This record gives sequence, C-alpha cells and structure tokens, in this order.
Amino acid sequence: MSCCAPGIEGAADIDAMTAPSREEMRLASRSVAPGVQQVDLAVPDVHCAACIQTIEQALSRLPGVISARVNLSTKRVGLRWTADQQPPAVFETLDRLGYRAHLFDFSGDQADTTLSELIRAVAVAGFAASNIMLLSVSVWSGADAATRDLFHWLSALIAIPALVFAGRIYFRSAWSALRHGRMNMDVPIAIGVSLAYAMSLYETITHGQHAYFDAAVSLLFFLLIGRTLDHVMRERARVAVNGLRRLAARGATLLRADGSRDFVPVEEIETGDTILLAPGDRVPVDAVVRDGRSEVDCSLVSGESDPQAAGPGMRIVAGTMNLTGSLTVVAVAAARDSFLAEMVRLMEAAEGGRARYRRIADRASALYSPVVHLTALLTFLGWMAVSGDWHRSLTIAIAVLIITCPCALGLAVPIVQVVAARRLFERGIMVRDGSAMERLAEVDTVVFDKTGTLTLGSPRLANVDAIDGDHLAIAGALAAHSRHPAARAIGEAAGARRAVAAFAEVREIPGCGLEAQADGHRWRLGRAEWACDSGDDTADAAGPVLSRDGVLLAVFACEDRLRPDAASTVSALAADGLPVEMLSGDREAVARGVAIELGIDKVEAGVLPAGKQKRIAQLAQEGHRVLMVGDGLNDTPALAAAHVSMAPATAADVGRNAADFVFLRSSLSAIPFAVDVSRRAGRLIRQNLAFAIAYNAVAVPIAILGHVTPLVAAIAMSTSSIVVIVNALRLTAGGAAVPAVPLRRVAAPGLRGAVA
Amino acid sequence: MTMLTFLIPVALFLGGLGLVAFLWALRSGQYEDLDGSAERILIDDADVPPGRADQAGR
Repeated sequence: MSCCAPGIEGAADIDAMTAPSREEMRLASRSVAPGVQQVDLAVPDVHCAACIQTIEQALSRLPGVISARVNLSTKRVGLRWTADQQPPAVFETLDRLGYRAHLFDFSGDQADTTLSELIRAVAVAGFAASNIMLLSVSVWSGADAATRDLFHWLSALIAIPALVFAGRIYFRSAWSALRHGRMNMDVPIAIGVSLAYAMSLYETITHGQHAYFDAAVSLLFFLLIGRTLDHVMRERARVAVNGLRRLAARGATLLRADGSRDFVPVEEIETGDTILLAPGDRVPVDAVVRDGRSEVDCSLVSGESDPQAAGPGMRIVAGTMNLTGSLTVVAVAAARDSFLAEMVRLMEAAEGGRARYRRIADRASALYSPVVHLTALLTFLGWMAVSGDWHRSLTIAIAVLIITCPCALGLAVPIVQVVAARRLFERGIMVRDGSAMERLAEVDTVVFDKTGTLTLGSPRLANVDAIDGDHLAIAGALAAHSRHPAARAIGEAAGARRAVAAFAEVREIPGCGLEAQADGHRWRLGRAEWACDSGDDTADAAGPVLSRDGVLLAVFACEDRLRPDAASTVSALAADGLPVEMLSGDREAVARGVAIELGIDKVEAGVLPAGKQKRIAQLAQEGHRVLMVGDGLNDTPALAAAHVSMAPATAADVGRNAADFVFLRSSLSAIPFAVDVSRRAGRLIRQNLAFAIAYNAVAVPIAILGHVTPLVAAIAMSTSSIVVIVNALRLTAGGAAVPAVPLRRVAAPGLRGAVA
Repeated sequence: MTMLTFLIPVALFLGGLGLVAFLWALRSGQYEDLDGSAERILIDDADVPPGRADQAGR
C-alpha cells in the first residue's frame, strides 16, 4: 500500500522495533462485552479511503476478529476479537500491508466525556440564546405590554434548561473555587448570570419593562464556545501524544523454577525473578545478567550514544534496550524501585516553574472579580443613598454586574491560545495547555540535551560514497538481521539495493558482529579485529567492517547525525538573545565535539539525571527562566524542573508526559518557531486584555449612571466578544507576512526539511 | 396576538427538533471520525451486505 507514502507525516521517526507480542496485546486489551476483547492501535500512516478499506478488509479476514474499524481522524484502529481465542496477528498483517502500528495507551477516557458535555452545553445554550434573542428583538422594537409580558415569560422558560444544563459547568467550577477560598473567572460569571436571571424573573412577575434573559444566556453561550475550543485544543494534543509508540516495557517473559514461561505485566515482577530478554526487548526492571552476551542501548537512559556490552554479572537498568543477543537476567528491583520509577519520583519532587506559575487569566480574574463586585455593591449603596428606591438601585447594580461580566475577558485568553495552538499543530508541535505557551514566551535561557535531542540518537552511515555498491548491498543484506544501531545505519544506507549473494545461516555474535555463509565464502560484518584475519593492516579501523574469508572489503564509518537545522536553530536562538547550554550524559569528548560543531559554549558532559535537575534549579535561582529540551529518561527530572520544557516525539514515555511541548517532526526549527508563536500570542493576549479593560472603562460608567438597558447590554457584549475574536485571528493572518527578526529565517528551511 | 399562540410553539418546536437531532447525532457517534466519513463515501463496495464482505475483494 504505497499510495499514501507512509512516513511523510513523520509522526515519529522511530523505526521498526519489535512488534508487541500477542501477550502484550492481551494485556493492553479490555473487555467490551462478554467474550469480546477490544484493543486500540495507533496507526499513524492511515491517510485515505484506500487505506481504510485495505486495513479493514485485511484485519476482518483474520481468524477470531469480530470487527475492525479505522478512525481516520484519530488515526486509530479499534479491533474486537473473541476472547477465548489467541489475539489475532494484527501487527504482522499491518506490517505486510506497509503500516506501522503500535498499541495505544488506553489510560484516560474521562476527558472525552468532558468534551461531549461541553458540546451538548454549547448546543443547548445556542438554541436558548438564539430563541430568546429573537423574542427580545421584538420586545426592543416596541411590543405592547401584554405581548412583552408573554415574551418575557417564554424567555424565562427557555432560559431554564440553558441555565441548568450549560450553566452548571460554571456553577460547579465557581463553587469548588469558592469552597477552597480561591477566586477564578467563573465566580463573577456564575454570580452575574444567576443574579441576572433572578432579577429578570422578578421583573417578569411584576410586569416590569426590562428583562436580561438574553444577556444571561448569550453570555453563557459565548463563554462556552471559548471553553470548548480550549478543551478541543488540549484534547487533540493529548490524543496525538498518546498515539505515539510506548517505549516502556508493558510486560516481560518470566522463566519459572520449573522451566515454564509466563508473560506477566511489569508491575508483577518481583526481586529475584528470572527474566528472558530477546533482542529488541526493553529491560523491564533493574536486573543483573545471569547468562548470555549482548549489547544494550542506553541512549534513552544515560544519553550515551554507543551501545554498552553486557555479559554475566553486569547490572542493566530498566528502560535500556537489549540489542544483539538473548539474555537471561535476574531482577534486582521490582518495577516500583527501578530506575524508571526513581526518575518519576525525581520528576515529581522537581515541580519547578510550572507549579509556581499562575496563568494570566487567573491573575487577571483575581484582581477583576473583587473590583467588579465592589463596584456593583458601591453602585447599589450609592443609588440607595441618592434615591432610596431599592428596586431601582438593585436593577442598576445588576446591570453593572452584567455589563462587566468577563465575556471578552473569558474569551480574550483562550481564543488566542487556541489559534496559536492551531498554528503550532500545523507544524507538528503539540502543546499541553495554554499556560505552557505563556511560560514559553517568558523564557530567557535554553538548555539542550545532546543524544536524541540535538542529534537524532541513531547513527547514519557517513561514507556511503566511498563504498563499493555491491559491498554495500551485501552488508545491507547482512545488517538486516541485526538490531545494532550501526547495522541499522548500514541497512538504511543500502536501502533497496539487491544483494548478489544468497546467505545461508546468518549468525549474530554479540559484541563482535554478523557472520554468514554464501557460495562457499564466509562473510563477516562487524568489529575489525574479529572480522579480519590478524596481521591485516586495517585492523585498527574504528567502525564496523565487511570481510570475505577474513579479507577486508569495506570499512563503514557511522556517526550520530545532528538533527536537521540543529546549527541554525542554535544560532537563531542565540541571535534572539537566548543563551544556549548543553547538558549531556555522554562522554566529554563526544559532547564537546557536538557543541563545537553547533557553536554552543557552555557544555557539561557526563551529567547524571540529578545533576541536570540541579543545574536547572541553579539557573532558576539565578533568576533565569529556562526552556529545557530533552528526550531521555535521564532528562525527565530536568524537564519537570524547568520553567517550560519541550521533547521530541521520540522521547521516552515519561519524558513525553513531563514535557509541555512535544514536536513530532525531526527538525529542531520547531523550537524557535514555538518561541516566536508563543511571544506573539502573549502580545495578542495583552492587547485583548487591554481592550477588555478599555471596554469596561467606557461601559461601567454608563452602567453606574443607570443608562444600561438590555438592548445596550446585548450590543456591548456581542461587540466586545467579536472584537476579541477578530484580534486573535490576526495570529493566523499576519503570521506569514510579518518578517519578524532572526527567528523567521530558520522557519522556511525547517518546513522544507520537515516535508522532505 | 392570536397567531402568536401557534407561531411561537411552531418556531420553538422546529428549533427544538434541530437541537434534538444534533444531540442524537452526537450521541450516536457521528462526530467521532469526520475525516473518515468524508473518505468512506469513496469506498465502492460499502453496500455489500456485511456477511459477504469477504467475497467483495477489491
């Protein structure tokens, strides 16, 4: 199925790791009906009708499958099968069709119910607002007293479901804020709406002239739109991030004392259990190797780019990946005491700028609500003193509350953030919430991790041109049998070249390389001193070599490649007045080399996870607001400690969850772009807030003087909302045209790089 | 005034009908996969009875 060119989306360039086993699939599934299991798979490459059809037909032909349904919007496949059967061979089938798939982490579905509650509330409020507005228009255009009363009664009736259904979202939130002694934007909204309704009802009963039903309901309607958009933005980011491949092990194969094998969830592994690790498995808990030789990939854990050799007696930590040979290991810690859990604890203890930061909207409402309520109270007292007519005084005081109700204020912040999040989303950047954008706009220092962040974390073949095409093809065919990063790099470089020789019995010798027989020759790909007969003068070659019967044929130079635009990103950030630092867990020499290439002056190498966090805390103490960009488990505490954090989609699960921003494409130009968008969003938010204040400065005196009728209130409120929304939309319209300073420069090539 | 007695109920009823229709569509999952629904109309054999989907092939 090549019509859709899988990979263009670039959801994450983590390539073929082992497909989850059937046991893992069973662990991830849930029972939806008696005898029916369902599992959700993320399939990022689904693109079109043909994809849907191919996948659904192929999957529903598998034995035991009841139904397979593709959701193109979320790029997921829901698969149901009969529970008493083995889970179907879904991954193999999808792989054959050319789709990468991974198990969907099915953790939080309660957010979906919030969204549908919000949409239902918007629908009800919209229905009520439009009907009441129609009735109100005829009242304003001069209906006679009897008709006016009838219309008021009708409006009161229509408003009830809106208040109950749509209003309860605000009442609930305001109540919980008040109960905890806090103020939020929902408190003045709840008070304003309920007072307006109560007074209008009184007016209606006493055949009064002015009722504010339309104001109360349309206020709810506008505010709910803002709130729903805000929720949609977060939800979309959440789904996209969750859909990425889960990197932590979900379960492991235990070897029991009686020789039987069991696949158990990670949480059930106890100290002393014997675990079998096949090549490609993630190490589930901290363990000591008992049998076998292999190499483990520690890049996500320690930041070291070269695989480490593992043999009997060696300790390996949870989260590393077994690469070349099978290992039998003994658990030395349960999952809750393993390296991974320790990182999570460090991360939770870190809680840096994020916890201290208060959102602009919250800060504004903390000031706003008391002022508004005091003004309304003073108005009431003032009119009582002047006229002594309590009904009139109360009417005017409530009019003040309604006109100041933070309609524009409630929309001013979320609408800008929604538009900004959309811009970022188009460039493959996910934002966790609006506060992340506010914090990003304040950043004054950027700290990078090296492996996997500035570099791609997987080596590439550097000397393709120097190698004979046939040799490359043979090496590629051999390399296909290994998971070693260098073998992967060779396989990738060889691409679709056809090997001339047909190999028999390919063997992988951990720590050495690959060996195979073909046409009576012995081919070896791996370490030079092993592959070549001694005495050969090139035995000191650094990279892997290809040999035939001990004779050297080709030397491969593999190096970790920098991410596209890494250098231009660093210089763009520096030019923008953001000093850049690098913290790496890798060796000094490697880290130093990358730093020099990128022009980063401040480097710390060989840093432990706690050390990274300490450095961030130190920067924060010096008064800096730090943006941390990192991907590994070892970066997670630092990500949490920083004022704001970003992670690539290839990051470890914990890191991805700790980060405020996740960028899905490989280009680092996402960082200056996100900074730029966040800053412009911050400017627009301040403009919107300034406008809301100016609006109040004009409208409040009019209201205090008692000149506000329901008609004036309706016009003022709608106009202010529309102005705020239009201002927010400037973020999309102005974006491409404004030649903003150095940041823009990297934006264009970044886009090309991402598509290419 | 007399026509109001039936015009207003009619207006409210029609508006309410639209609201109910929307809520029904929402509940029955028609907004779950908007992109997918747009693409699915291009699939030819959507009218083959589910039991014979196997023979439908491509």
